[in-house]
Amino acid sequence: MTTTGTGVGARALPVTDLSLVVLIGASGSGKSTFARRHFKPTEVISSDFCRGLVADDENDQSASRDAFDVLHYIAGKRLAAGRRTVVDATSVQPEARRQLIELARKHDVLPIAIVLDVPEEVCAERNAARTDRADMPRRVIQRHIRELRRSLRHLEREGFRKVHVLRGAEEVEHATVVTEKRFNDLTHLTGPFDIIGDVHGCASELEALLGKLGYADGVHPEGRTAVFVGDLVDRGPDSPGVLRRVMAMVKSGNALCVPGNHENKYGRHLRGRKVQHTHGLAETIEQMEGESEEFRAEVREFIDSLVSHYVLDGGRLVVCHAGLPERYHGRTSGRIRSHALYGDTTGETDEFGLPVRYPWAEDYRGRAAVVYGHTPVPEATWLNNTICLDTGAVFGGKLTALRWPERELVDVPAERVWYEPAKPLRTEAPGGHDGRPLDLADVHGRRVVETRHAGRITVREENAAAALEVMSRFATDPRLLPYLPPTMAPTATSGVDGYLEHPKEAFAQYAADGVARVVCEEKHMGSRAVALVCRDTGAARARFGVDGPTGSLYTRTGRPFLDDESVTEEILGRLRTAIGEAGLWDELSTDWMLLDAELMPWSLKAGGLLRSQYAAVGAASGAVFPGALAALEGAAARGVDVTELLARQRGRAADAAAFTDAYRRYCWTTEGLDGVRLAPFQILAVQGRSLAALPHDEQLALIDRLVEHDAGGLLQTTRRLYVDTGDPESVRAGIDWWLEMTGRGGEGMVVKPAGALVRDAKGRLVQPGIKCRGREYLRIIYGPEYTRPDNLARLRQRFLNHKRSLAIREYALGLEALDRLADGEPLWRVHEAVFGVLALESEPVDPRL
Amino acid sequence: MFLTITTTGTPERPATDLGFLLHKHPDRAQAFSTSFGTAHVLYPEAEEQRCTAALLLEVDAVALVRRGKGKGRGGAPDAALASYVNDRPYAASSLLAVALGNVFSSAMRGVCKARPERAAEPLPLRVEVPALPARGGPDLVRRLFEPLGWTVTAGAVPLDTEFPEWGESRYVRLILEADTLTLSDALRHLYVLLPVLDDAKHYWVSADEVEKLMRAGGAWLHHHPEAKLITNRYLSRRWSLTRQAMERLELVRLAESDDSEVEEIDNAVAAETAPETEERPAPLAVQRREAILAALRESAAARVLDLGCGEGHLVREMLKEPRFTEIAGVDVSVRALTIAARRLRLDRMAERQAARVSLFQGSLAYTDNRLKGYDAAVLSEVIEHIDLPRLPALEYAVFGAARPRTVVVTTPNVEYNVRWESLPAGHVRHRDHRFEWTREEFRTWAEAAAGRHGYGVEFRPVGPDDPQVGPPTQMAVFTLKTAGEKEAKAA
Repeated sequence: MTTTGTGVGARALPVTDLSLVVLIGASGSGKSTFARRHFKPTEVISSDFCRGLVADDENDQSASRDAFDVLHYIAGKRLAAGRRTVVDATSVQPEARRQLIELARKHDVLPIAIVLDVPEEVCAERNAARTDRADMPRRVIQRHIRELRRSLRHLEREGFRKVHVLRGAEEVEHATVVTEKRFNDLTHLTGPFDIIGDVHGCASELEALLGKLGYADGVHPEGRTAVFVGDLVDRGPDSPGVLRRVMAMVKSGNALCVPGNHENKYGRHLRGRKVQHTHGLAETIEQMEGESEEFRAEVREFIDSLVSHYVLDGGRLVVCHAGLPERYHGRTSGRIRSHALYGDTTGETDEFGLPVRYPWAEDYRGRAAVVYGHTPVPEATWLNNTICLDTGAVFGGKLTALRWPERELVDVPAERVWYEPAKPLRTEAPGGHDGRPLDLADVHGRRVVETRHAGRITVREENAAAALEVMSRFATDPRLLPYLPPTMAPTATSGVDGYLEHPKEAFAQYAADGVARVVCEEKHMGSRAVALVCRDTGAARARFGVDGPTGSLYTRTGRPFLDDESVTEEILGRLRTAIGEAGLWDELSTDWMLLDAELMPWSLKAGGLLRSQYAAVGAASGAVFPGALAALEGAAARGVDVTELLARQRGRAADAAAFTDAYRRYCWTTEGLDGVRLAPFQILAVQGRSLAALPHDEQLALIDRLVEHDAGGLLQTTRRLYVDTGDPESVRAGIDWWLEMTGRGGEGMVVKPAGALVRDAKGRLVQPGIKCRGREYLRIIYGPEYTRPDNLARLRQRFLNHKRSLAIREYALGLEALDRLADGEPLWRVHEAVFGVLALESEPVDPRL
Repeated sequence: MFLTITTTGTPERPATDLGFLLHKHPDRAQAFSTSFGTAHVLYPEAEEQRCTAALLLEVDAVALVRRGKGKGRGGAPDAALASYVNDRPYAASSLLAVALGNVFSSAMRGVCKARPERAAEPLPLRVEVPALPARGGPDLVRRLFEPLGWTVTAGAVPLDTEFPEWGESRYVRLILEADTLTLSDALRHLYVLLPVLDDAKHYWVSADEVEKLMRAGGAWLHHHPEAKLITNRYLSRRWSLTRQAMERLELVRLAESDDSEVEEIDNAVAAETAPETEERPAPLAVQRREAILAALRESAAARVLDLGCGEGHLVREMLKEPRFTEIAGVDVSVRALTIAARRLRLDRMAERQAARVSLFQGSLAYTDNRLKGYDAAVLSEVIEHIDLPRLPALEYAVFGAARPRTVVVTTPNVEYNVRWESLPAGHVRHRDHRFEWTREEFRTWAEAAAGRHGYGVEFRPVGPDDPQVGPPTQMAVFTLKTAGEKEAKAA
């Protein structure tokens, strides 16, 4: 667009808010004055200023090259940050302008030229009045004006999207600059919106969806605005009907629409360009033949008017056909239009002959939610704040809309398969049910996982390598492994005589963290187990993409808890029945449930370790002490002074016996499910919802109902006591409860903030639980004789900081996995967080903590 | 951590001479400090007719764990010592042997100034070791002590009397009796054989161990029918120690956090791998590699992936043939890759040769862009190490994502197992095998996988093809169908 004036009267020059404005004029034409008058001082970069920067002299022409380097650099930084920039240099030579246009393109902003075409005499006069330019030869100005005049005709072809030519000092003097918004900037519109995925001529489904969303004849009674992500036409049965509806809604202000690649191609066809009638275009052309010439003209005009993408709702929402990385949001250039229409293609084609697209959304970290279509997916799911709404309506999938800002999905099923897809919507491979199979790049090497609750968490390379081996060789199917439990820090080492751990310190720690109410949960004497239970095989298939198992039961490193799949299914079946009997499927509106639990006895899983290490120590001590004590007693009887030694050996023998008793409490014989107990203590997640933040009293109330409704005696309740950390009497009661429980041989307890997911005054996550292990139980951790005063004194030198930090990091990763699972994110996203927990578990930390 | 030595006597040759022989007075209890605790010597009985000396070692378990603080799991050289829960304070292990050597060093040398004549002559002896850790059980205990002139009473101690189904522990209650041996002989026997039976020493084996063995065992060891076992066990900890040094500590921690034994997880490389010089590959493994190489040559593959390369045997064979211009060994076990790199001597290989081979960690549970673009992939004895429910992921990673032109898969033929004499019926050939297939099962899987991904497949026997049960190893060679073949099929 070029505007020129008549030379008289005040002209208003439209200048886009984000653009590179190039002032063009001879020395003395008044560029700097013009810039000062119409732009913010920081928006303007002058070549003179840059000369000054590099050479201490604004007129040192020998410094020009360096000065322009600096100018381009500063302009580039401003444009990258999305700030309008005005270049105040003569810019009369095509080469100088070419560099600036390149810069604008690089940052995807509009280059705009404002030409100050002022007569030679005026320029000369002004320069003469300036001491620093008084000796500028007249021929320099003459050359500038000659070059400017020669350039005028070519400016648009050079790439300037707007060219304003101001003729004479008078017009320059009276011109004003009007800042225009970009076409794609609709940040002032706040909706609410209903963003609708690729329609592809499915007019009937569109009407059904609009009806379901509450529109009556294209108008929503509550004033909502529909936003179409493009690909209205091709393949489907009634592209004209879809166009008619959408065009009318756009015209009446009830809808917005961005173009898809299919409109774009059809538009080229309408303008008489030769395009291949493939991918369903033939159908559109044929259907449009029945329409009037007038309608076709309207369609052509409509398509031509479409803007590649929109930034809406204060910058919180970007709608675009094929998705858009953040650096392109709100920008304008040919390549952005192309990305908006076609996405980021790698240039390769896949086994079905379709272009391979770069998964831009996997790298997306932007603030704005990007809603798009283009690539058919089986389910619309959020990924890094982006969502694809093309759920293949024309291929027999469904037509999907997203309510904004509610973020609710609304869809209607396709009436039939209108068009056979070139490749199946779902990949057959494991993980293909909701995206793509797991890729090594999701987990390999040093990684940083972004978490909602604790920011960026780093996984080191050697830990990832170890986790890769365990995950690959021993873990349960990753589709059925959506969570791993975090490690838990013990309470601060106790100063209480005879104790290494004592609840006193745990209560004090929570009090210091500002947690007033805690729950003490009995620690069960088993092994950690996570259970994923689906309502039936159909639910397992639909949500987790597996055929056969109805869930999983796995250990804290993700290994199947039991070798025998049929026993696992039996346990899942009992859980399923209890959930059903308790009415929790409906109450939580879910068809699967993820549970954190303890499975008993300990000997069930740790049998090998028990025999090779614990029972062995018991056997050796049991064999050696009778003889040793007899020998000492014999010596004593002979009058040899062994009093002290004998007393000590009796103590050691008693310690060893106490040790044997301690481990025996965790062992009993099981046969199939006989003797097996499962104590669930937290429902981690259900369909669409992570329950990690549900306060523990509500959690335990749900769990109690499960236990109550378990007929077979598999499920076991978790005893608990609530303690007010600020009330000495309540703390006393908590300590007594623990003493009583551990005195009877209990493993101990876990103290948790009653509110479950709690932050301290500084906003940091507090420990989700602190374990206080019983005095006897600790014998199987610290050895039979750990309670001897000299041993205890040394063992109190233990360092908890790393363990605590690890516990928090693993907790945050676990929460992240649950959130991603609940949000319906694809498998690889959930797996990334789960894998992180496993990798962190291999960090070096004292295993006895 | 306790043993007694008893002798009997007469008024002329009083049993209490034992005090002189041991250089420890029978009426006193004496204590000696050692680096891992205190040793006590005392006499529960000291009569003319019968005298018993007891050695009691109080091991400081906390110090044992904390000694090597800061290195890995506490830095103790032996995994068992890294835990506060270990048998060292109770069992008659190498620690007791060391204490024995320290406390009774003169007696062991046969020196006795007070009763020199008695030190040189045999005397009736009874040694009791109530908790002797014995890898090999009572039978090995007998085989080690009987040839030396002892009458052996050895019974295994049950693991836990409350759980009889757990069976016996590795501890043996041992009573040795003889009247033809000197005290010095007895002590030397114990000094060498306690650690040999324990088979887990508490300190690093160093060069002077050989000397110690010669000093204590020189006189009797070379006549002993189990001399080889004794020497090996006494000295051959070297390999195991290297193994421990190389142990992936991260894996150890993952095992610990799951209450598993380390060996359950860190077992990608067979522990019993012999030293390199003694390597003698089983003939079947050689035949398998030959068959694979033949298939690769036929397919004219130049760039080859060895998926699950393990210790790199096949990679080494491929390196010998210049036709293989690029060889990538991939394994999920970092330890296996470390061993492979060492065996291939990658660090010393000529530059041009080394450029042909790369080794990297990967996993077929995931798709992997680095595996794309190869001519052929080999999965030799790999699939049977994958849990069946996870096989589809491997299938997709190889046939769907990496898509080499040729894929060679070998796996055991379970039907042939009846022909292995050493294999008990119903057992798999390797502890880590998650399944072993019949020829029919393998064929069904291979044909389905080929069909799903546009490959053709043919089957070949490896090893003697038994008319009834087939070959010990079965092999499938998959070939990617060209576009033309696919169309022909569609038409």
